[in-house]
Amino acid sequence: MKILVCLSIVPDTTAKISFTDGDTKLNKTGVQFIAGPYDDYALSRAVDLKEQLGGTVTVLNVGDADGEPIIRKALAVGADDAIRVNAEPRDAYFVAEQIAAIAQRESYDLILMGRESIDFNGGQVHGIVGEMLGLPSYSPVMKLEITGHTAQLTREIEGGKELLEAPLPLVLGCQEPIAEWKIPNMRGIMTARTKPLNVVEPTGQDSLTQATRFELPPAKGAVKMIPAAEAETLITLLRTEAKVL
Amino acid sequence: MSVLIFAELDQGEVKVASLEALYYGANVAQELQTSATALVIGTTSADLASLGQYGVTKVLHVSDEKLNAANALAYASVLAAAVELEQASVIVIAKSSLGDTLAARSAGKLKAGLVSNVTELPDTSNGFRVKHSIYTGKAFAITEMREGRKILTLKKNVVSPELSQATASVESFSPSIPETDFVAKVIQTEKATGEISLSDADIIVSGGRGMKGPEHWKPLEELAEALHAATGCSKPVSDLDWRPHHEHIGQTGLKVSPNVYIACGISGAIQHLAGVNGSKVIVVINKDPEAPFFKAADYGIVGDVFDILPRLTKAAREQLV
Ligand SMILES: Cc1cc2nc3c(=O)[nH]c(=O)nc-3n(C[C@H](O)[C@H](O)[C@H](O)COP(=O)(O)OP(=O)(O)OC[C@H]3O[C@@H](n4cnc5c(N)ncnc54)[C@H](O)[C@@H]3O)c2cc1C
Ligand SMILES: Nc1ncnc2c1ncn2[C@@H]1O[C@H](COP(=O)(O)O)[C@@H](O)[C@H]1O
Repeated sequence: MKILVCLSIVPDTTAKISFTDGDTKLNKTGVQFIAGPYDDYALSRAVDLKEQLGGTVTVLNVGDADGEPIIRKALAVGADDAIRVNAEPRDAYFVAEQIAAIAQRESYDLILMGRESIDFNGGQVHGIVGEMLGLPSYSPVMKLEITGHTAQLTREIEGGKELLEAPLPLVLGCQEPIAEWKIPNMRGIMTARTKPLNVVEPTGQDSLTQATRFELPPAKGAVKMIPAAEAETLITLLRTEAKVL
Repeated sequence: MSVLIFAELDQGEVKVASLEALYYGANVAQELQTSATALVIGTTSADLASLGQYGVTKVLHVSDEKLNAANALAYASVLAAAVELEQASVIVIAKSSLGDTLAARSAGKLKAGLVSNVTELPDTSNGFRVKHSIYTGKAFAITEMREGRKILTLKKNVVSPELSQATASVESFSPSIPETDFVAKVIQTEKATGEISLSDADIIVSGGRGMKGPEHWKPLEELAEALHAATGCSKPVSDLDWRPHHEHIGQTGLKVSPNVYIACGISGAIQHLAGVNGSKVIVVINKDPEAPFFKAADYGIVGDVFDILPRLTKAAREQLV
C-alpha cells in the first residue's frame, strides 16, 4: 500500500485572525500554524493502514520553508518521507497541479487529504486532483477500510451517511471519526530528524483566482440579556424585534 | 455566454439553498446582460417551469433514474456537458456535501476558477470579483477571478429571493456519461427522512454537553418542533454518541447560517462558534453567566435549560400558529 497524504498548513483553530498591509495580507504575528485538522485525520488513518497492511506513507505540502517543523511532526507521527513543493499555495488549482504532477510519477494506491483546508475552506483540491489524474474522488469520508484492492468507505451525506465500495487507486477527502489524532512520541521525534524531506520546485503556473483584499466581519452588537424569570419574552422578541420567527 | 445554476434535488424537490442559488445566478446573469439556465438532475414530479419565478429562463432536466442517487462524479460529467451546450461562463452551485464535490470535479474538468462560500453578488465593474467567507467564518476575502470559466459555491441564506410571475421553458437533456463515473457501488444509504434538514433550516435549536445525556433531548426536540426548527449539537455530544454525527456543528462539523441559532448548554468554544458565526440571530441559554458564548450572542438567558426550554416551547406554541 503506497499512500500519499496532503497537508495544508494553516492558522490554529483558536487563532485570532487579522490583516496587515492595507488588508491584503494575513497578520501572522502571534498566530500559531498547524497541519489542517482534517489533514491530521487523513494522516492518522494512513499510518494505521500502513501498520495494518504494510507499505509507505509520504506526506506532501505545497508551501514555504516555514512549514518544515510541521512536516517533521507528520514524520514523527509515522510517515516515512516527505515532499515539500517550494511555492506559495496560490490557489486550489495551482496546488492540485503540484500534487497531480507528483502523483503521476509515483502512482499511489491512495491519496488522502482533508475534507477542506481551514484557511479558505474550499474543499476543492481533492476533486480537482481526481479530475487531473482521471481517478474517482470522494469526500467527506468518515470511515475507510481496505481489503485487497478495494476500499470500503463511509461518506457523510446530508442528513446521513452512505457506504461505498470502490477499487483503488482513489483520492479521498477525510474527516473525523476516520481515525484518532496521533501524538508523536519521543522515539518518533528522534527518527523523524533523519527521515527524508525532499524539496522540489513547482511545475505549471496556473492560478485562476487571487485574493485581492480581506475584511473582518462587522463587530457584533451587545447581547440583550433576558432575565430567566421572563424567558418567555424571548419568543416575542424574536418575532417582533428581530423579526426572524 | 450564460449563467448555469445547478438545482439540487432532495427527495424529488429542489432544495431551498438551490432556490437561493437560482435567484443569485439570475441576478449575476442580469449584471452580465445574459440569460440564466437551471440544471436539474434526477427524476422529479416537481413543476420545473415554476423555477422561472427565480429568474431563470430555461431549465435543463436530466430525467434519469440512474442519477437519482447523488453521484458527484456523474453529475460533474452532466454539468460539463450542460456548460458546453449553454456556453456558460459562470456556474453557480449551492453549498452542500454534493455541491462541494461537484464544484471541485467540475473545476478540474473545465479548468475553471472556483471560489467557495460566496456571500455577495459579484462586482463586475472591473473584472470579476467575489466576496467569500474564509477562516471558517472569521473573515472575508475579495477574490479576483481571472478570464475564463468561473464556478461559485454559494453560502446558504445570503440572498432572499424575490419571486416574479415568470415561467421557464423546460428542456430534457440526456448527455452521455462515462461508465467510470459509476465505479463505486453504493452498498447502503442511511438518511433521516421527514425531519427538517439542518443545512436547509431557517431555525436551529442546538444542544451541548449541558444537556446532560441523550435521554434528556426531549425538551430540546419539543422546542424545535414548536419552532419548525432542525436540531443540532456540539462536537462532544456527537463524539459521545448522544446524537448522530451529521448533527454536529462547528469547525470540524457542519457550518450553518440560519436566521436563528438557539444554543442550549453549549459553552461557546471558538471551534463551535466557527460553525455558527454566519447565523443572523444567535440565542444562548446557559446556566453559567461567564460562558463565552454570550459574547457572540444577540439574546442571552442565564438559566437552567431544563427549566427554560419547556417554557419557551409553551410560549412558542401559544404565539406561533
Ligand atoms: C481542532 C478542534 C476542532 C473542534 N471542532 C469542534 C466543532 O466542530 N464543534 C464543536 O462543537 N466543538 C469542536 N471542538 C471542541 C470545542 O473546543 C469544545 O470542546 C466543545 O465545543 C465544547 O462543547 P460543549 O459546549 O457542548 O461542552 P462544554 O464545554 O462542556 O460546555 C457545556 C456548557 O453547558 C452549560 N451547562 C451545564 N449544565 C447546564 C444546564 N443545566 N443548563 C444550562 N447550561 C448548562 C455549562 O455552563 C457549559 O457552558 C473542537 C476542538 C478542537 C481542538
Ligand atoms: N498547500 C497545500 N499543500 C498540500 N496539500 C494541500 C494544500 N492545500 C490543500 N491541501 C489538501 O487539500 C485538502 C482540501 O483543501 P482545500 O481545497 O484548500 O479546502 C486539504 O485538506 C489538504 O489535504
